[in-house]
Amino acid sequence: MTYILIDKSQWAGGLAAAEKAYRLFGPVQQGAMSNFAPLAPGQTPDLDGLNTRMSARSVVYPQSEILFEYSLDPQDPEANVLRETPPPPKPAAAVGIRPCDAYSFLLVRRNFDAPDVKDVYWLRNYEATTFIGLACDQPGGTCFCTSAGCGPYSEQGLDVLLKDTGEAYLAKVITAKGTAFMAAAGWSTDAPADSEAQFDRGKEAAEAKIVSTVETDRLAEIPQMALYDADFWDEIAFSCINCGTCTYLCPTCWCFDIQDEVHGKHGIRERNWDSCMFPLFTLHGSGHNPRGQKVQRVRQRFMHKLKYYVDKYGNGIQCVGCGRCIQYCPVNIDIRKVCQLMNRFGQDASCKVA
Amino acid sequence: MQPNPYLPYPVRIDDIIVETEDKNLKTFKFAFIDPADEEKFAYHPGQFAELSIAGRGEIPIGIASSPTEKGFVKFTVNKVGLVSSALHNMKVGDVMGIRGPLGNWYPWERLEGKNVVIIGGGFAFTTLRSSIIYMLANRERFGDIHVIYGARTPGMLLYRDELAAWEARDDIHMHITVDGTNDPNWKYNVGFVPTITDQKAPEADENTYAIVCGPPIMIKFTQPVLDARGYGHDNIIMSLENRMKCGIGMCSHCNVGQYFVCKDGPVFTLAQLNGMPKEY
Repeated sequence: MTYILIDKSQWAGGLAAAEKAYRLFGPVQQGAMSNFAPLAPGQTPDLDGLNTRMSARSVVYPQSEILFEYSLDPQDPEANVLRETPPPPKPAAAVGIRPCDAYSFLLVRRNFDAPDVKDVYWLRNYEATTFIGLACDQPGGTCFCTSAGCGPYSEQGLDVLLKDTGEAYLAKVITAKGTAFMAAAGWSTDAPADSEAQFDRGKEAAEAKIVSTVETDRLAEIPQMALYDADFWDEIAFSCINCGTCTYLCPTCWCFDIQDEVHGKHGIRERNWDSCMFPLFTLHGSGHNPRGQKVQRVRQRFMHKLKYYVDKYGNGIQCVGCGRCIQYCPVNIDIRKVCQLMNRFGQDASCKVA
Repeated sequence: MQPNPYLPYPVRIDDIIVETEDKNLKTFKFAFIDPADEEKFAYHPGQFAELSIAGRGEIPIGIASSPTEKGFVKFTVNKVGLVSSALHNMKVGDVMGIRGPLGNWYPWERLEGKNVVIIGGGFAFTTLRSSIIYMLANRERFGDIHVIYGARTPGMLLYRDELAAWEARDDIHMHITVDGTNDPNWKYNVGFVPTITDQKAPEADENTYAIVCGPPIMIKFTQPVLDARGYGHDNIIMSLENRMKCGIGMCSHCNVGQYFVCKDGPVFTLAQLNGMPKEY
C-alpha cells in the first residue's frame, strides 16, 4: 500500500492540476445546505463538515440525466428516432466523499449491474469516477456505519482514503485509479514511516466513537411474509407524512422515473430520481393502486432495504448507516428502531417504536 | 460495448385496427424499419415490450402477435393515459419505437404435451391471443386446448374474426362469453368468466394447466373456482401488470417483494404469488 503526504499548502494547487483531467465533485455549501456537487473551477471542497445533506449518489447517478435526444421536425429524416447521449467528456473524481457514501455504490451496483442486463448510464458514470475518500475522525450521533457493513475508515469502494492530520492530508492510495489521480494532482511526497499505524490508530479511535448500531442478525431467517404481515407497520407509519426526504437523501435509494421533455422540435428522454413514498409511483392506468395507502409505502421502503434486498442478494442490508434519514426526517422516524423491530420479530413482543 | 437496454428499435405503423365498439381499443401492427431488428426482437408468447413515442414516453404492453407470425409485431392498446392516447392519434406510416422483448413468458417447455386452459377477460386477452396462435401453429405439441374468454358485451371482444375461426375448428374448445347482451342472435355463453370457468373448465389433473390473465376482479373470483375444481397452485399460471418505467429491473416501480414484475415476471405461478405481497 502506498502512502502519500499532501501538505495543505499543496491542496488547492493539486486540485487545480487534477481539474485538467477530471470533473471534480465535492462537498459544497449551497445556501443553508451542504450538498455533494460539481466544483467550480478553482473551488476547493468544503471538508470541514461531516456528511453533506444530499449524498454523493448524484456523482454517478444524477438527479436528472438525459438518456436520449431526438428531433420532432417532420422535415428531419431522423425524426422520432432516439439518439443516445454521449458520455461526459472527462472522467470524474469525488473528492472528500465519506466512506459510507463510497460504499453505497457497491450496494447499488448489484441493481444496476445485473448479470443479464446492464444499466449502461450508471455503469459508464461509475467506471469513469475516482473516489477520493475522507476518513471520519468525528462521526455524528446518528452514524451507525460500523454495524451496517461499513465504517469511518472503510476503504470499500474507495480509490484513495485521506486522513486529516491538521496541517496535511495523509493519503492511502488503494487502487490504480487512485494512483492516477494522485499523479494528475502532482502529489508525490513520501508519507512518514508510521502512516499505516496512524491510520490504524485513527480507525480504532473513530470506530469507538460510533455508539449507535442496528441489529440485523436475524433479518435473513425471518420469513418474508411474516415480516410483511407484522403488526408494527401501522405504528411505524403513523407519523410519516410521505414527504420522501429519506429516499432523496439516501445514498442507497435508486428508484427512478423516465420522462420525455419537449422544447419546440427538439426532445429529450430523461430519468429522474423517484420515490416509493409517493402514491403516483405505483398508480395503474386503470386507477388501481397496489400501494395506495401510506402504511404500504412506508412498509415497502423498510422491507426493501432490510428484507427484500437481504433475501435477494444474500449480502446484508441496503443501508450504509450514514444516518441522514434519521437526522432529516421531519417526524423522527428512525431506521435503527424499525430495524430492531424487524430483527426481533417474534422474540420481543414488548418492543415498541417510540 | 454493452447494448443500451433503454434504446428502442425504430418501427413504422403498418396497420391500425379498431377492435371494440367503444373504439377505446386499437391493434397496432408494426414493421421494423431495419429488418435486422426483427431477428433481435425474437420473443415468446407472454412477453411484453415498451412502446415508445418520442416526445410522449413509453408504455409496457403485452405482445399480441405470435412468434410464428413473421414480418410484423402486433399490440392491442387500451386508451387510458398520455402515451396510449397519443398512440391512438397516430396514423399508418408514422415512426415510433419498440423496446424489448421484455420479461419472462408462459412456461412453454413445461406445457409441452399438457392440456392448457386459457382463461381471459376483457382487453387482457392480448398475450393469450399470442399463445393461442402459437399453440395452434404447434398443435401436435399440446394436449387439449380450452379457451374461456369473456368481455362485457359482444362488441367488446377482441379479435372477433379469429374467435369465429377458432370456434369452427375441432382441435380447440372455445367458450366465449359476455357479461350480458341484448343481441337475440348471440349464440355463445352469457355469464361472468368465473361462472363459465366453473361450467366449462376441464377436470383438473397434474397434466392440465390454467393460464389466467384478466382484470383483478376476474382473477379474484376465478381463483376460488379453480381451487374448488382441484387445480393445483403450480398449475395455475398468471400474468401480472404493474406500473413500469424501465422494463428491465432497474427503476423499481413494479417491485413486488424481492421480485420485479417486469423482469422476474410478468408470468408467475399462483404458488409463487402465494408467497409474495399482494402489491399488484
